[in-house]
Amino acid sequence: MYKDQYQHPDYYLLDEFLTDEHKLIRDTARAWVKENCSPIIEDYAQRAEFPKHLIPGLAEIGAFGPTIPVEYGGAGLDYISYGIIMQELERCDSGIRSTASVQGSLVMYPIYAFGSEDQKNKYLPKLAKGELMGCFGLTEPDHGSDPSSMITNFKSQNDHVILNGAKMWISNSPFADIAVVWAKDEQGDIRGLIVERGMPGFTTPETHGKWSLRASATGELVFDNVKVPKENILPNVKGLKGPLSCLSSARYGIAWGALGAAMDCYDSALRYSQQRIQFGKPIGGFQLTQKKLAEMITEITKGQLLVWRLGVLKNDNRATPAQISMAKRNSVETALNVSREARQIHGGMGITGEYSIMRHMMNLESVVTYEGTHDIHLLITGMDVTGINAFK
Amino acid sequence: MKFLVCISKAPDTTTKIAFTDNNTKFNNDKVVFIVNPYDEWYALVRALELKEKLGGTVTVINVGATDCDAIIRKALAIGADDAVRIDAEPIDAMFVAKQIAQYVKANAYDLVLCGKETIDYNGSEVGGMIAGLLDWGYVSLASSLELNGDLATLNREIAGGYETVVVKTPFVLSAAKGMAEARIPNMRGIMAARTKPVAVVPVFACENYTTILSYELPKEKTGVKLVSPDNVDELVSLLHNEAKVI
Repeated sequence: MYKDQYQHPDYYLLDEFLTDEHKLIRDTARAWVKENCSPIIEDYAQRAEFPKHLIPGLAEIGAFGPTIPVEYGGAGLDYISYGIIMQELERCDSGIRSTASVQGSLVMYPIYAFGSEDQKNKYLPKLAKGELMGCFGLTEPDHGSDPSSMITNFKSQNDHVILNGAKMWISNSPFADIAVVWAKDEQGDIRGLIVERGMPGFTTPETHGKWSLRASATGELVFDNVKVPKENILPNVKGLKGPLSCLSSARYGIAWGALGAAMDCYDSALRYSQQRIQFGKPIGGFQLTQKKLAEMITEITKGQLLVWRLGVLKNDNRATPAQISMAKRNSVETALNVSREARQIHGGMGITGEYSIMRHMMNLESVVTYEGTHDIHLLITGMDVTGINAFK
Repeated sequence: MKFLVCISKAPDTTTKIAFTDNNTKFNNDKVVFIVNPYDEWYALVRALELKEKLGGTVTVINVGATDCDAIIRKALAIGADDAVRIDAEPIDAMFVAKQIAQYVKANAYDLVLCGKETIDYNGSEVGGMIAGLLDWGYVSLASSLELNGDLATLNREIAGGYETVVVKTPFVLSAAKGMAEARIPNMRGIMAARTKPVAVVPVFACENYTTILSYELPKEKTGVKLVSPDNVDELVSLLHNEAKVI
């Protein structure tokens, strides 16, 4: 029977920066992942199916909107706790973390930050419990890195609006009960709307044939003259700031999460290098393997320091979108490089489902692209340090 | 029904064991401590299950310094109602048993549950000592527990099988595998644990019976030797001369 032997690397003793409660939250998430997620994830990824039965458990460990205040059903935790949970989930699979990121940062966060009191009370407690699942519609078939050019729009008609357009690459869309959709009003301002499954003209076709995030459901959102009550418009935000602040929250989780994938690859590679004997000794005894492992743990440690500091800034409400952007890019790049090196250390076994490596590597190709591509994040940092906008 | 569950800290099972001070002290450096699994998975969870079924309270008690607060919070997060920490560095099993027995004498409990052993020193002594000091019944290695009024029915492991015993409360038991299924705390539990009471009780002065002279690690295991099935003579020779088992 499969046994998840993961032990997280902590080369610079960063656990000393965590409170006992942070560690309890991490141990809880890790124990849950080891018991419920690790044993089944490979099978679901191979079959390209999202393990929906994990939803109640994800809610139980606080993976859905942990920073949302208790009165709305959240756990009222700090941002380091949020990061830790995302790291434990992505340590198992980026797809599982994606589901939690979308629910917490892209659905619950905008409702909490920009929603009316009625909207918060109606949706947040059920989303926190996983009784309702949500998705987030920003990217369109022809508008990815440039969301301000979106064409999805709505027109006012009595007490409701008529929504038209399409969104693409939407995690959770095939099974989501609600979608937070960003669309332009008649003045061309971007607004957020809560669209519910079952509204006539709203469909969510699934995207098939992915080689990445196979254990996560991805699809489209298609709006064909969908009547959305005006009370479903998020009243307290207008413009690109709305979706971008959601992305900042999600990117923060990814910065922690992707390092989880890196840590899993490193942990597996380190163990394998000590067990695999070639030329009469463990392959970890060869200089080229040690070089790989040394570089992996160095980059992971740098990433850990970076996200921990970012967490402290976020708790103080001082983390800038550009700082979050740097961490997201750095963590995902680190994870991709670590997964590729880990794949080499695992030799032929690294391409099989016996080990998590290749699944992580393929997943990370999505993670490096979504929520701002690697290149876009470079330009965000570039703009931040030079003061010159390279997007226009 | 008032349940008291004894919990102790134990090094995580992946800890690399090392000693300091000329092999007279266990090296705590970088060691991650967990709730002793037999205490947590079996004693605590079964007490919680019975409380949920029959009503009552579950208190966890620990003999330890402030570094035990984390494991106490975990027990509270899993569902214990409150906790007691006897503020003392545990010396040996008798010391721990005396502290707990003293507390039980002053605070009536119906049932005291311990794990069958702690996975550091594996003494399996505290439960029996508490029962002795209280003059209560003791059921060791219990793998199941049912309560009906003040009568408890337990299965316990014996050589080659199990026996079923019936005992009247109050009594002490040591819980073994099978008594319950481990529970993972949920976020609601972790949040609730923040405000659950932890009473810190001063140490009860008592005599110290043991001193640790030195520790020693077991000899490293040598690799496996493969012997061809045709070569029985070599196998016999190895078993006789090297393994010294025949």
